[in-house]
Amino acid sequence: MDDFILRAMLAGIGLALVSGPLGCFVVWRRMAYFGDTMSHSALLGVALAFLLNINLMLGVLGVTVTVSLCLLYLQKKGSLSTDALLGLLSHSALALGMVLIAFMSSVRFDLLSLLFGDILAVGNDDVIAIYVCAAVILGLMYFLWRPLLASTVNRELAEAEGFNPDLTQLVFMVMMAAIIAIAMKIVGVLLITALLIIPAATARWFARTPEQMAVASSVIGVASVILGLEGSLQFDSASGPSIVVAGLCLFLLSMFASRLLNGVLGKGQRQ
Amino acid sequence: MQLIEMDGVGIKLQGRWLIRNVTLSVSAGEIVTLVGPNGAGKSTTAKTAMGVLKTDAGKIRRKPNLKVGYVPQNLAVDWTMPLTVRRLMSLTAKPSKTEIDRVLEKTGISHLIDSNVQQLSGGEYQRALLARAILRMPDLLVLDEPVQGVDYSGEIALYNLILDIREELNCGILLISHDLHVVMAQTDTVVCLNGHVCCSGAPEHVAASDAYRQLFGDAASQSLAIYHHNHDHSHKADGTIVPSRGDSGDSCNHG
Repeated sequence: MDDFILRAMLAGIGLALVSGPLGCFVVWRRMAYFGDTMSHSALLGVALAFLLNINLMLGVLGVTVTVSLCLLYLQKKGSLSTDALLGLLSHSALALGMVLIAFMSSVRFDLLSLLFGDILAVGNDDVIAIYVCAAVILGLMYFLWRPLLASTVNRELAEAEGFNPDLTQLVFMVMMAAIIAIAMKIVGVLLITALLIIPAATARWFARTPEQMAVASSVIGVASVILGLEGSLQFDSASGPSIVVAGLCLFLLSMFASRLLNGVLGKGQRQ
Repeated sequence: MQLIEMDGVGIKLQGRWLIRNVTLSVSAGEIVTLVGPNGAGKSTTAKTAMGVLKTDAGKIRRKPNLKVGYVPQNLAVDWTMPLTVRRLMSLTAKPSKTEIDRVLEKTGISHLIDSNVQQLSGGEYQRALLARAILRMPDLLVLDEPVQGVDYSGEIALYNLILDIREELNCGILLISHDLHVVMAQTDTVVCLNGHVCCSGAPEHVAASDAYRQLFGDAASQSLAIYHHNHDHSHKADGTIVPSRGDSGDSCNHG
């Protein structure tokens, strides 16, 4: 296996391990479009990082966190519905990023790889950054699991019984921003949410508890990354879409499998 | 020792008072029932008592380290989250297996331990939520319409269960009733809200009344009571208080 493929595999697997449990929360909290908004604003982060000459991941992290805080603030003001606000922020951030990139003629951007991922762009330091980030996020999730889950089920109940949902929400947003920053090179800004949602949705067919769903989602995500990157090499397709297509295939397969399983079990029970 | 004392509490949202000048208290072993029309601020009052909402006026005193068990009005668990009754029990705490078994037996839903919460009937779900809330051994139990979606006989059974819980834990209970006039007979204090406290009083004497027996029969009088309101004012559509006996001001005689 070539070095760059190995790096991409390692990076993708590290990413999928975190996106599994995080993606479950995105699904449970109905935040898919919110994730989209954050990841679309990543492009603006890239542009700003080049403009200010700072680290790429830091730039992305800064912009995505800012956008999510803006959203929370505007939601509290309550002048527009949440979906309109999300649409406004999502597309404005994407457009601003594109325009800013066009202005910077001195730097050559590969726009396609920013939008859809490029495994050739994954360096050794990226792999290290991904695993450091992944370790931190997984650690946080482990320690915050109960308050995160409780405030997902019911915010007021969590607060009444001694948790701090505001803090939990903030930590969750930063974790989302972090995963977007590290996922950008592999799946691209347009498809990051798919990596969060599709494995979680696939895991839903089989899981009986939230914990099972989180673990299964990680495993399915890792499988999607491995299959997707293999496919990407085979067919010379962009890495992001290939991973997402692999995830979709797994989703469809498990949907039929669970239908079949339920059908057989259902008949067994009737007899 | 009072568990919670609210004194002249008000909550404002976008310039409008949701509740204003609400004074009530709950002590250990006491059942306080909130009644009032839709939008009267019953849930708001309960959430304020627990500290979920921040007050804009008045004072709240809580017993230090007050442990609250809460059954919210609408706890719709998203169907995308796989959640069994067993897992629901350890949502905010870490109970042991025997504790879970005991509390499910007490609430009569032991057989449902491995069911998905989304598949429970209204009554079963309310029992599961109640079981979860009392697992924590709370000092104060806040029940927001605990008998919603439960039929009449189920309602009486649930009220009896709540009484058992009070006996066992000696906890204070703040209960929000879905019915304006019918409350648990064992309620110590009924507080009628409509933005402010319209009236409050003890209901036990009404359970024995003839009008009540005619309406619900003898069996029901063990657990339910009619609460007669005796207001000296009424409300306009926007909530403004209109005195009915010609006396002026925001205050009213408590009936």
